[in-house]
Amino acid sequence: MAGITIEGVSKIFGKTPALKGISLDIHDGEFMVLLGPSGCGKTTLLRCVAGLEQVSGGHVTIGERDVTDLAPRDRNVAMVFQSYAVFPHMTVGSNIGFGLRMKRRPKPEIEKRVHEGAELLGLVPFLDRYPAQLSGGQRQRVAVARALVMDAPVLLMDEPLSNLDALLRLQARADLKRLHKEVKRTTIYVTHDQVEAMSMGDRIAVMREGSIEQLGAPMEIYDNPATQFVGGFIGSPPMNFLRGAIRDGSFAGDGFTVPLSRARAEGQEMLLGVRAEHILIAGEGIAAKVLVVEPLGSHALVTVLVGRTPVKVQAPIDVAVKADDPVRLRLDESRLRWMDAASGSALSN
Amino acid sequence: MNARVLDRTLIYGSAIFLAIWVLIPFYLIAISAFTPPAKIFDYPKSFIPTGFSTDTMRFFVDAAGVIPSVINSLLVAVFTIVFGLVLGTPAGYALARFRFRGREAFQVIVLATKMFPIAILSIPLAVTFLQLGLYDNLVSVALVHTAMALPFIILVTGGVFVAVSHELEEAAQTLGCTRWGAFLRVALPLALPGLAAAAIFTFVISWNEVFAATILTLRTRTLPAQVLAGLGTSPLAFKFAGGLFMALPAVAFIFLIRKYLMNLWGSR
Repeated sequence: MAGITIEGVSKIFGKTPALKGISLDIHDGEFMVLLGPSGCGKTTLLRCVAGLEQVSGGHVTIGERDVTDLAPRDRNVAMVFQSYAVFPHMTVGSNIGFGLRMKRRPKPEIEKRVHEGAELLGLVPFLDRYPAQLSGGQRQRVAVARALVMDAPVLLMDEPLSNLDALLRLQARADLKRLHKEVKRTTIYVTHDQVEAMSMGDRIAVMREGSIEQLGAPMEIYDNPATQFVGGFIGSPPMNFLRGAIRDGSFAGDGFTVPLSRARAEGQEMLLGVRAEHILIAGEGIAAKVLVVEPLGSHALVTVLVGRTPVKVQAPIDVAVKADDPVRLRLDESRLRWMDAASGSALSN
Repeated sequence: MNARVLDRTLIYGSAIFLAIWVLIPFYLIAISAFTPPAKIFDYPKSFIPTGFSTDTMRFFVDAAGVIPSVINSLLVAVFTIVFGLVLGTPAGYALARFRFRGREAFQVIVLATKMFPIAILSIPLAVTFLQLGLYDNLVSVALVHTAMALPFIILVTGGVFVAVSHELEEAAQTLGCTRWGAFLRVALPLALPGLAAAAIFTFVISWNEVFAATILTLRTRTLPAQVLAGLGTSPLAFKFAGGLFMALPAVAFIFLIRKYLMNLWGSR
């Protein structure tokens, strides 16, 4: 088993820096999610760990062994690609056994392990089929099985669920999480889907423009985003932000005033971050106007205008408001997060 | 729905027209080649073979130099395919996989060489080949044919490798292959139908090429050069038989390899 240490890794494509000196410690057996919008460098970082990309600077260590200059095949990593990269000219069985054949394992052992892998992912009935005869979900499982039978201590996954349709993705997400509990490989999982990140990761590294913006357990990141970017990226709907400053003990912005019971320093331009579920539509409080009500089954998502800022509120499904109604909002003060308006970085509560 | 019917009618109509365009002359040559030499001049020409006979074909095949020139032609074609693929495939692969400086320029230059008529190239080529001592042999002809086919091979194989996802090779590398091993085990097998297509066209280019073959050889003539040499003096029967004989291998070759082209790996 092996942890992964990424030390000051940078990558420059031509003149564009894709990774700006990233350091990250991944524990043995941990499920680490790299989360970020497209172009943030998460896939590049994964490829640097896999050895498919040469780092421009820094070191990658896997289980005490510096692998920075090793070829992918010598790093003891297995990878699942976004396109699955299942070999179309081989049967499912040959696909799963490909890595073992390359390692020249004895034939009976290959057969046994291919079967085990196929069993683990429910692929036994398809072993003799070609990938063209499989559905997307089955192909994805072939890719996972092929990576798992390698018995590499490190498993790298590059958006393995992004090509599945929504329902299948839900199923596959749960399956992958269960699988990780069973096989306990150190896993790096790249995704742009914050729901996947929240539901699967032991820890999440939120990336932006080639740097890690915040690293932490899912709920820690959800509750205490380190920056406006993280708050706006994690959560559905994303965190609401109101811009203003403290005046006379209240937070006042363009067309609204939020009364505060706890004193804060005056004057500084700040962002007030609050999640939809921490806002209550009440008889008294901040004045707002309803823009739209979206019933979502379990609850309703109400978008209101606070001053000039649209704010998402999670309300009970039977909430008795409609568009253009004036409403009053109460914020759960213990859940308010404060950020510097200029830098977007979190301020202490 | 009506638009679809119209589409299909147009497609099939054009296909039938093109097929007839190609097949009728071919058919006429074929029946003439199997008509007794005495009846070749019959007029009006019948669409049904009159008096099947292999005399005309035998006359052609038995003519001096035909059999050796067929062997020469086949050897030249095989050499050309080998040289062309060995040189062209890596170039096509590089064009498909790497973003290097001058990549676009290289593509344009490769294409531009096709703009030179072979007649313009032939004098300097002949001089160069004479200086190198490479004349009147099959390798020299094959080299010229390779030069003629290379731009085509490079561009076709480039397209073929673009279609083979790079992630497949990368997956193979993470599964224990070297870069080269990943190419051999994954990219090459998947590119094979495309390479076969390139090989077919290379064969046809070489098999039909007459100009370079004529100026570079005297004794070791390829079939087109041999037929051309006697064209003015040979009887019409010889020409019909020769025409069919030259067309047949190309047709057969395409038929053999067609299956490989169309339905490799099922419904890809």
